[in-house]
Amino acid sequence: MINASLPALRTALDDKQISSVELAGLFLDRIEARNPALNAFITIDREGALAAAGAADARIARGQAGPLTGIPLAHKDVFCTEGVLTTCGSKMLENFVSPYDAHVVSLLKNAGAVSLGKTNMDEFAMGSSNENSHFGPARNPWNPGHVPGGSSGGSAAAVAARLVPVATGTDTGGSVRQPAAFTGVTGIKPTYGAVSRYGMIAYASSLDQGGAFGASAEDCALLLSAMTGFDPRDSTSLDRPTENYADALAPAASDKPLAGLRIGLPREFFADGMSDEVRAAIDAALEQYRALGATTVEVSLPNAKLAIPAYYVIAPAEASSNLSRFDGVRFGHRAAEYGDLNDMYCKSRAEGFGAEVKRRILVGTYVLSHGYYDAYYLQAQKLRRLIAEDFRKALSECDVIAGPTSPTTAWALGAMGDDPVQMYLADIYTIAVNLAGLPGLSHPCGFGAGSLPVGMQLIGNYFAEGRLLATAHQYQQATDWHLQRPADAR
Amino acid sequence: MSLTNEQVGRIARLARLAISETEIDATRKKLDGIFGLIEQMQAVDTTGIEPMSHPQELATRLRDDVVTESDHRAAYQAVAPQTDAGLYLVPKVIE
Repeated sequence: MINASLPALRTALDDKQISSVELAGLFLDRIEARNPALNAFITIDREGALAAAGAADARIARGQAGPLTGIPLAHKDVFCTEGVLTTCGSKMLENFVSPYDAHVVSLLKNAGAVSLGKTNMDEFAMGSSNENSHFGPARNPWNPGHVPGGSSGGSAAAVAARLVPVATGTDTGGSVRQPAAFTGVTGIKPTYGAVSRYGMIAYASSLDQGGAFGASAEDCALLLSAMTGFDPRDSTSLDRPTENYADALAPAASDKPLAGLRIGLPREFFADGMSDEVRAAIDAALEQYRALGATTVEVSLPNAKLAIPAYYVIAPAEASSNLSRFDGVRFGHRAAEYGDLNDMYCKSRAEGFGAEVKRRILVGTYVLSHGYYDAYYLQAQKLRRLIAEDFRKALSECDVIAGPTSPTTAWALGAMGDDPVQMYLADIYTIAVNLAGLPGLSHPCGFGAGSLPVGMQLIGNYFAEGRLLATAHQYQQATDWHLQRPADAR
Repeated sequence: MSLTNEQVGRIARLARLAISETEIDATRKKLDGIFGLIEQMQAVDTTGIEPMSHPQELATRLRDDVVTESDHRAAYQAVAPQTDAGLYLVPKVIE
């Protein structure tokens, strides 16, 4: 049961082979047994989960179940959950019990999904390894000496270890796709604006986007379909009809189900920088895609190398503004001792924020300060235009872009040392996608040394989530990488 | 580019982050590394390129000027560090 797909769980619930309460209990027991070693969850909500599961059972009994009714899931701790601790991985919010639900949380509650708890993350979603969490790093279920990736490392680890079937995440520069790759699960970040940011604690507002983790593209499609949709409370929410992404997933109609699909391979992604084991797995996956009927074509993203510097101006600038709300007055940490009001602000923030968050606030404050705006923020926004334009051209020559999600497999805890820039460079393949606002997906496609998974990234045009999921689904019907499990989740 | 300790102190004051003399050197070195990365942007000629602030270039939506929220004061103040009679308490600002 722990390895069942969402459609299989749906059938089991509808056929009364198992109740939602029993299913929640099964996964809660796994979480309680394994979380001390994995640290994937910050909060486990047994009481709330069992109440929601009881309500889901009643709804199923009435014949009113939707696709997710009674399905257990977990939320990244960046999403506000009414009455449940919402920390964002920070000491600043270690006692913050949200008075309201994020839009995503209320959509999934209304769908009858059962939240088992809140998952670990890099503080304020700033990090690529989960090592920046105030609550200690989550561990990679494939090798607990290695990181699960970040910032949504807890959600990825929880799905990989089958502590929960599916989980939500957010992706500002790769924070769904990279941890999905590191833990051997599937993760999708949709087009910017598809998922409401209401109640999703803000990091960099023009880049932040909610996304989904599951074992397969099919499970991601079912979860994402319930998360998207227009929300007037988010000023950048897109007013478009909602899509059921699962509808686009067909059984293979022939032995060449991807015939006609043109996969673009960016020259710059296949140049130096990718480890040999990642390259081998990506090459094999591309061979599989060709066997399924797709053709590959070289494309170019000449400005992709500028994505990291541009991101480390835009994201810190927006973060320095967004995080100014944490002032020790209305919510969050307040220093125990202080003099005047300004001293209270400065001490509360210095105590409540961790080192990486403070660095990004300082960078953002500097680049927005008087006299530097044009040289930094405006220049970064111009580069953003060039990067988006590169993708527009490339996607006029192909249907989807493919390449590695990350240059390496998951590194050992502490291996990035004390230099933040080393970690920043690890997001080389994912960040440009956020700057352009495009959808991106990562699916498992092999293993490197030490049984550490490799992920392949698929990038599509605006609103091509369905196509990305359908493409990965065909790959997953012909392969079994997505069915591999770490030893204690088989 | 390299920052001076004085500049780091000024940015920290603007950001309302207390920073001790003992932290300032280490912070400056890390910031220098980050700005070293960021400086790569300056090699590109972006004359005539329109800045892009948002992927979808949306116009700001307008709504009718009517009340849409109900009163959540009690719930919102329940998470505040210090309140009294519906007010947020902070150190005295006016003598």
